[in-house]
Amino acid sequence: MNARLAAALVAALAAVAVFGGARAQDKDDTAKGIEAYREALKDGNPAELFEMAGEELWNKPAGPKNASLQGCDLGLGPGKVEGAFAQLPRYFADTDKVQDVESRLLTCMSALQGIDTQEYVDARFGTPKKNDLIALATYISGASKDKPVAVTLAHPKARQMYELGKRMFFFQAGPHDFSCATCHGEEGRRIRMQDLPNIMTKEGAAAGWTSWPAYRVSSGQMWSMQWRLNDCFRQQRFPEPIYASDMTVALSMYMAANANGSTVATPGIKR
Amino acid sequence: MTDKTVGRRWVVKRGAVLAALAAAGMVVPKELFASWNKAAFEGKTADEVVKALGGSSAAASGEVQIIASDIAENGAVVPIQAVSRLANTQQIAILVLANPNVLAAVFDVGPDIVPDFTTRIKMSQTSNVIVLVKADGKFVSATKEIKVTLGGCGG
Amino acid sequence: MGSPMRIRAASKDGVTEVRILMNHEMETGQRRDGAGNVVPAWFIQEVKASLNGKNVMQAQWGPSIAKNPYLAFKVKGGKAGDKVSVTWVDNKGDSRTDEANVT
Repeated sequence: MNARLAAALVAALAAVAVFGGARAQDKDDTAKGIEAYREALKDGNPAELFEMAGEELWNKPAGPKNASLQGCDLGLGPGKVEGAFAQLPRYFADTDKVQDVESRLLTCMSALQGIDTQEYVDARFGTPKKNDLIALATYISGASKDKPVAVTLAHPKARQMYELGKRMFFFQAGPHDFSCATCHGEEGRRIRMQDLPNIMTKEGAAAGWTSWPAYRVSSGQMWSMQWRLNDCFRQQRFPEPIYASDMTVALSMYMAANANGSTVATPGIKR
Repeated sequence: MTDKTVGRRWVVKRGAVLAALAAAGMVVPKELFASWNKAAFEGKTADEVVKALGGSSAAASGEVQIIASDIAENGAVVPIQAVSRLANTQQIAILVLANPNVLAAVFDVGPDIVPDFTTRIKMSQTSNVIVLVKADGKFVSATKEIKVTLGGCGG
Repeated sequence: MGSPMRIRAASKDGVTEVRILMNHEMETGQRRDGAGNVVPAWFIQEVKASLNGKNVMQAQWGPSIAKNPYLAFKVKGGKAGDKVSVTWVDNKGDSRTDEANVT
């Protein structure tokens, strides 16, 4: 880590030396400083603690059936975790639905463990039940780290889900007359110090899609994509989406398919 | 807190004593931490901390290094690397002058340790950060300003 | 008891770098909860590490170490298969010990 931090700082200093103009330099200093900060955060990501917790939950018998999730089919066959996240969301024949990692986990908890998952759907973010789901999602996503995003729209329902997500992305409403595209449909948008990715492009979709679940340093919490989307809805002053509902999966499908071919970088770490 | 107290036997013995005391229900937890330097951690200025650690002053030294970004996007988590190139380094401390209590951490440097620690601190606001080193019984330091852009809410 | 730590220890050129992630709230005692009450300070006060049973590192922390603390340090010596053990104790008297093998 130390070498990486030092390298980022050297790069920052070199950049300062090259740019002469005082104002350009100020701006550059800030951008480079923040870049160095973000780089330094990456190593020793507390998300690893959630990965560990998620793995334990995956392997531990629980629920009325006292069964583990080891037999859960995430799309690559029962119990196959490695690489599964890179291909989610996907169409599952057993549920005849397109599911993301979190909605699929609910299916497995219900089918394998006999758990009434409604409590997990209804639980607020940041409370133990949601934290368990997010730890599981973190573990599963981590097992696809560095794999290429490979989501297929071959099944008609998958294609449908993508189109639904696209419609949702451009759907403009609420007291602020916002859509997702208002912030994420143009290059170079920014909120405070955060660059907002343009989800319509592969690069932008990759920046959004491939880094969640992520550890949020501001809150010291692990956030999944479901939580991230829920908060996007809040920020738009939209009604709160139901956890793991089709609408949330559809938005994920839109992002994931746009990000196809990019590299899974989860679990991430964010401001 | 000298190197002698860091022995394995000491740890084991202390554990046993703690267990016994706890079982007897007669302990105030604070008192268990004989080696936690309360005075130093309650210091409001660098001077108070240096004194509580047993020194009188701490001159700047080029042999002490703080590696950190100039700007922290969020003060809740600020990566800091503290390095001493001085022979016989005994202790390294990290201080944040603008925090309510300035001392964040003290590391004892025994004979087996390379004086090079990385951790993450909280900063309440933009502040000078000091790495304080005790070497050969003397205190020296390095200072770096780190700007904190809290970045507001949500996100 | 606390939750498990994540410990990584890697030996290179005669120096073992130990990197530790700990599960802890590191509550400062400066914050108020939803009811307006001050949330009491709750933080790791001491961290100790040993290599093959020999104590090599000891730290004292205050509440301004970040939540879910990260610590990296370097020990002279150590080789693949050696055992690193880390213990923390917090201000409520809770503690946690975890081990890892050097790689």
